[in-house]
Amino acid sequence: MNSAIQLIAIDKRFGAVHANKDVNLDIARGTIHGIVGENGAGKSTLMSILYGFYEADSGEIRVGGRAVSIRSPADAIHVGIGMVHQHFMLVEPLSVVENVMLGAEGGPLLRKGEAKVKAELARLSRDYGLQIDVDATVGDLSVGLQQRVEILKALYRGADILILDEPTAVLTPAEADALFELLRALKTQGKTVILITHKLREIMAVTDRVSVMRRGEMVATLETTNTSPPELAELMVGRRVLLRVEKTERKPGAPLLEVSDLSVIDSRGVLRVANASFTIHAGEIVGIAGVSGNGQSELLEALAGMRQPVLGSIRFGGQEIALDRHNPHHMRQLGLLHVPEDRLRMGLVSAFPAFESAILGFSDEPRLGHGPILDHDRMVEDLTQKMEQYDVRPPAPRLKTSKFSGGNQQKIVLAREIERRPKVLLVGQPTRGVDIGAIEFIHRRLIALRDAGVGILLVSVELDEIMALSDRILTMCGGQITGERKASETTEQDLGLLMAGVTDEAA
Amino acid sequence: MSAPIDLPKWADTILVPAVSVVAAFLVAGLVVVGIGENPLTATRLLLQGSLGTGEGLGFTLFYMTDFIFVGLAVAVAYHAGLFNIGGEGQATLAGLGIALVLNNLTFLPGIILIPLGILGAAAFGAAWAAIPGYLQAKRGSHIVITTIMFNWLASVLIVYLLVNVLRAPQNMNPETPAFPPQSEILFMHEVFAAFGIEIPASQLNLTLFLALAAAYGVWLLIYRSRLGYAIRVVGSSPTAAVYAGISPARIIVVAMVISGALAGGLAVNELMGYQHRLLLEFTAGYGFVGIAVALMGRAHPVGIVLASLLFGILYQGGAELAFEQPAITRDMVVVIGGIIILFAGALEGLFRRFVAHVMPRPALAKA
Ligand SMILES: Nc1ncnc2c1ncn2[C@@H]1O[C@H](COP(=O)(O)OP(=O)(O)OP(=O)(O)O)[C@@H](O)[C@H]1O
Ligand SMILES: [Mg+2]
Repeated sequence: MNSAIQLIAIDKRFGAVHANKDVNLDIARGTIHGIVGENGAGKSTLMSILYGFYEADSGEIRVGGRAVSIRSPADAIHVGIGMVHQHFMLVEPLSVVENVMLGAEGGPLLRKGEAKVKAELARLSRDYGLQIDVDATVGDLSVGLQQRVEILKALYRGADILILDEPTAVLTPAEADALFELLRALKTQGKTVILITHKLREIMAVTDRVSVMRRGEMVATLETTNTSPPELAELMVGRRVLLRVEKTERKPGAPLLEVSDLSVIDSRGVLRVANASFTIHAGEIVGIAGVSGNGQSELLEALAGMRQPVLGSIRFGGQEIALDRHNPHHMRQLGLLHVPEDRLRMGLVSAFPAFESAILGFSDEPRLGHGPILDHDRMVEDLTQKMEQYDVRPPAPRLKTSKFSGGNQQKIVLAREIERRPKVLLVGQPTRGVDIGAIEFIHRRLIALRDAGVGILLVSVELDEIMALSDRILTMCGGQITGERKASETTEQDLGLLMAGVTDEAA
Repeated sequence: MSAPIDLPKWADTILVPAVSVVAAFLVAGLVVVGIGENPLTATRLLLQGSLGTGEGLGFTLFYMTDFIFVGLAVAVAYHAGLFNIGGEGQATLAGLGIALVLNNLTFLPGIILIPLGILGAAAFGAAWAAIPGYLQAKRGSHIVITTIMFNWLASVLIVYLLVNVLRAPQNMNPETPAFPPQSEILFMHEVFAAFGIEIPASQLNLTLFLALAAAYGVWLLIYRSRLGYAIRVVGSSPTAAVYAGISPARIIVVAMVISGALAGGLAVNELMGYQHRLLLEFTAGYGFVGIAVALMGRAHPVGIVLASLLFGILYQGGAELAFEQPAITRDMVVVIGGIIILFAGALEGLFRRFVAHVMPRPALAKA
């Protein structure tokens, strides 16, 4: 086999956490190689070692058969390894060309370098069928296109091996398909791609081989054609996983959250939610299906009190929410809790120790302290308990929030909101970046919450998730609610049409 | 982007600043060599002048008191994500507050008048900081710009008031009449003398203990209180603050009020503890030193106390040095201070990298 990369006996510890244990991995040139594993299994750590963010405690990296020392991203680029970060490292006010040039300007005068970059980008676009307007301002591009710019940046710097860490977590399904198209094109040109994802169907669709990590160890590497999602799931978690959670029919109770004619504008003054009306009852899960960016985020924020609606009314438990009380604090006191879509920007404070992030929104709770002073021991004890319950790894309440892997961060947010026994729970993208074992767990929790009489509004770009959890499904398109279905009486195609704005009347 | 550097907490809080200070002194030493003096002699004179004599130590601790207050002021604003450059102006106004309270309530006994004077300082400093805070919160006017402008406003205001309003009629100097004697905060040598212990006289007064108490209070506020929690949320992630129902606008004003009140401590030390009247330019640029102190102390009260001690040594030792070795002027001492600020503040990342590089791996793994 012609190896692009060989990792030999890579070992890495973070204090007590053994993130990579004697990992061996051989990646063939010109293939797409998937890596899967539970949250905290050590996937990102391994890739960070390969890209020079971290140095392994021991072990060897070989690129093209030659042992190399990669001590910084610059070294990695030098040996032809490029990485596309989940959080893009782009300068939004600059154009695509300028972003690609950044750090590779080729001299003090930009003119000459710019011409060279443009020519090179034209060639790359041709070779890989990447369509992109090189003079566009990056900030104006969609997330999918911004990701392309990241890929172009890596290719421009001569990357032969491209690492993508959960690239599809932020993409719409159509954007994800376009990305896979591109990855296949890269493969035919002889590039090697390493793809980390939690979505097994993506692994099945696009990879040639797949490696499974569990608790820091590399437990298997398989030909994709010889395996199946259930097998991968079992390898990852070490037990059988229900890919779809059981749920019984239940009769919804009294109306809890009544929304009528709600209209919301965003900070630029653009109308994002138009005349939305719906009701959430006790003991039901209402899902909102829609391509991301169609007003779901603004709807959630308005219901949570973070955004003032321009029109319409919200009633909670029969009581109308007055405008001057429409704020997150008051909504929380009423019992409307919120798992935000964007855990890093809203749900947590990454610079805080986890136990401080675990009281975000609740720092006024009398039981958390004495008068104006917070009781840290109490907070730590609380979180220790929740970490055990939600199987957060590592169970270290004092560790900085940013040092937990994505899925474990999500569990911290979920534990914080769910364990406070809400009356209504707003949930945005509850399983984004979360592994399948944890998805099963989170789904069970949400259903248990529903069975206990909580009204849940679920927003997710994963149609599977909406269909699996919801009792009723609303579709959103262009800020409007375009349809309503009982989950038991609809299909993906049906919802797809509604999400595309083909309403019942029009059909 | 560069790789994140993880260091054990002790290395981060003690080793890195220590390394940068040593490096700064080495570079400063080269400067001293450059002007033809012996850096070892200079260092000896500096330490001798600031720590070697009881009197020198007294002055060092007096300056330290000033720096603790302004350092804490900068730090509190910093935790809310604000850069308060206005310590000078806030301390100046605090001085006005002190003068108004003390010279108008002369009939009160010291035990009441002294706390009132301190409150006056805090209230005036807070009010002067609240205005830029409000403008930032409600109008988005950048706090760096407005606090700098408010420094100028404070300085012309105080000149006007001292020349035209507050000056004692017969006095040729732009200064208020002396504060009532019962309002003077005791000098440390007076306190010791009361217990029959003789220590050399200096400007050092009991305000030092107020400064240390303030440092403890700020620690409690920032790291242990609900309000401090809210302040840090706003400072580290404004979007998370909105999610949490914490109003960034309110917190910005509150943090600036606390910051301004702390800057007022400088006026307490200088005026109630030493000058015993309000005069021009008593802040002497210490408000700006507060920025360096807070940076170097990493906005943590313990770090700020240590950094204040270092800057106290520099100020007092520097004065002695300039006196003993005329070739090394006050300006040279300012340059050395500048080098330390540059190394400890701006180049901190460089030293973190260096420390991470030379530290043995097992020590890192225990991080
Ligand atoms: N800088 C760090 N300091 C301490 N621990 C860390 C650090 N980075 C990662 N870890 C720990 O190492 C383990 C592996 O983390 P890693 O991010 O590699 O997981 P992952 O497989 O990418 O998970 P996810 O799927 O959730 O992204 C986790 O337990 C994590 O908490
Ligand atoms: Mg990861």
